Amino acid sequence: MSEPLRLQGISASAGYAEGPLFDLDQTVVSYVGKETADDEKAALEAAIAVATSRLTALSEMAEGDAADILEFQIAMLRDDALSSPAFAAIRTGLPADKAWRQALDTEIAGYDASDQDYFRARAADIRDIRDQVLRALSEDGDVQAPTGAILYGWDIAPTRFLETDWSRGGGIALKAGSTASHVAMLARSRGVPMVVGLGTSLARLTGTALLDAEHGGIVLSPSKTEIAAFRQSSSSFRARSDRAGTFLARPAVTKAGTAVRVQVNIADPSDVDLIDITTCDGVGLMRTEFLFGKTLPDEETQYRAYRKVLEWAGEKPVTIRTVDAGGDKPVPGFTVEESNPFLGLRGIRLSLARPEVFRVQIRALLRAAVHGSLKVMFPMIAIVEEYRQAAAMFAEEQTALAARGVAHNMPPLGIMVEVPSVAIVPEAFTDAAFFSIGSNDLTQYVMAAARDNAAVAHLNSVRHPAVLRLIAAVTAFGQREEIPVSLCGDAAGDPASIPSLIEAGLRDLSVAPAQLAMAKAAVADVSV
Amino acid sequence: MSASAEATVVITHEVGLHARPSVKFTKLAKSFAAEVEIALAANGPWFDAKSIVKVMAAKAPKGTVLHIRASGDGANDAVDALVELVRRDFDEGADHVRTA
Repeated sequence: MSEPLRLQGISASAGYAEGPLFDLDQTVVSYVGKETADDEKAALEAAIAVATSRLTALSEMAEGDAADILEFQIAMLRDDALSSPAFAAIRTGLPADKAWRQALDTEIAGYDASDQDYFRARAADIRDIRDQVLRALSEDGDVQAPTGAILYGWDIAPTRFLETDWSRGGGIALKAGSTASHVAMLARSRGVPMVVGLGTSLARLTGTALLDAEHGGIVLSPSKTEIAAFRQSSSSFRARSDRAGTFLARPAVTKAGTAVRVQVNIADPSDVDLIDITTCDGVGLMRTEFLFGKTLPDEETQYRAYRKVLEWAGEKPVTIRTVDAGGDKPVPGFTVEESNPFLGLRGIRLSLARPEVFRVQIRALLRAAVHGSLKVMFPMIAIVEEYRQAAAMFAEEQTALAARGVAHNMPPLGIMVEVPSVAIVPEAFTDAAFFSIGSNDLTQYVMAAARDNAAVAHLNSVRHPAVLRLIAAVTAFGQREEIPVSLCGDAAGDPASIPSLIEAGLRDLSVAPAQLAMAKAAVADVSV
Repeated sequence: MSASAEATVVITHEVGLHARPSVKFTKLAKSFAAEVEIALAANGPWFDAKSIVKVMAAKAPKGTVLHIRASGDGANDAVDALVELVRRDFDEGADHVRTA
């Protein structure tokens, strides 16, 4: 029996699924080449026709988003501009499958290269079109996934999603993927659990898995205890989500009438396209690491991303965290290799060590600030000098922008409270405009238990008295000194932890968008 | 007789000329006999407005100044109708705003 293995990703659609893993990437398409170029051409024409009619059949049963996606795919497939490079390649002697794949891969690369999240997400739709035709070209169809399976792979095609019978459970676990993809949208509207961004550390996996798409994790080869705990979380999730729907549109208030602000955490500017701003109190945490995915983003790219979210939020506050690279979030060309990255050059430490990179982000933030109610916070602050140094850089860049006559605003500058040194001695940080408790890192540093290590998962609890005492102390200090305190870790969206957080004095939580309704419902159950 | 027309319009739709709007845009373009093209700059490159592959490949985000030109039968009507469609945000109202 192999050891349980835990992988962490991002929730794209909340829910729980237990079932066998089905490897999406294993399906091999085999095409038998034809004698002449004319036969190859005829084979490709026939395959495109078959794929089009399959999609048409699916679209007749589909509604809403699903129908829109299929209509788009059908329109693409019927457009000669899509297939003409493939037919040209066939004339030069390529077999139909290679010609088609080559033509479509060129098209896909164009979408992958877009700097717009929306257009980049369309690459998955074109891949789907490619694979539909390849499938029609080959003799064997796809291997069907067993009912209730967790579909695991690099990415998933919308048609694969639509062909799957979700009525008897199942879920989706992707190594890559995006919360903005068509499938993610469909999964949310159908209530199919889905996790993306699990990473590529493990190429092949088999056996039973537990998919916790509420918190964005998956456990492979689970132990009996883990299965039992999982089933309990799963049934409590079902009960909560049934009730929660009714809480989404209302402000969060406890039984005793205490108002609690509930904001959202976002990772990508396109996340806000899926959130109704009236259902939340603003953005409590906008991560900026996503911008630093492949290359260091220029000022304009960052400015546009921040501006989009600020304009969406209107008068409500948007708290943007300066880049928190390092730790478990390496960025090529920016972070450094370390033997103990969680205790190394990450967060503000890295930003201060690479001022030429940090200043680009600072300028983008100062410029974006004119478009809404911006707040900026620094991650991994351990000593007040770090805050002062970063704030001084903001002031310098502000002066430079003013000298050039560029429109800008100085946002309130706050800090993440996640290093124990800050939580223990908050009085050293009264320069900061606000505190945002990062409960994930605070817990792992206080308990000396890594978040991504299943062997010490029992130690990694925000509800340990040591962690709760620090949270309560920071909150009380903030109230005394009139420094606003919020909390933006996973605990804020965890219904089991919410009562403890409110009892600790917190009145401002920031949660994943998928947890918004449930967090509000959980607040309503608290008697403080 | 042969006519030609040209106009510009700013894309105000939140995510630009994306999948669903492109379907509507090319459908409408195809309903005219005239040759219709779009570009993101006055000096081109110009893309066939009746091809969804080409229109999507233009990757026009919100805020883009879209150039539309047509030549042939009904060129004026084609340009007017397409400009109107973009102005109306492709008839996508609040019903497409989704909650989390």
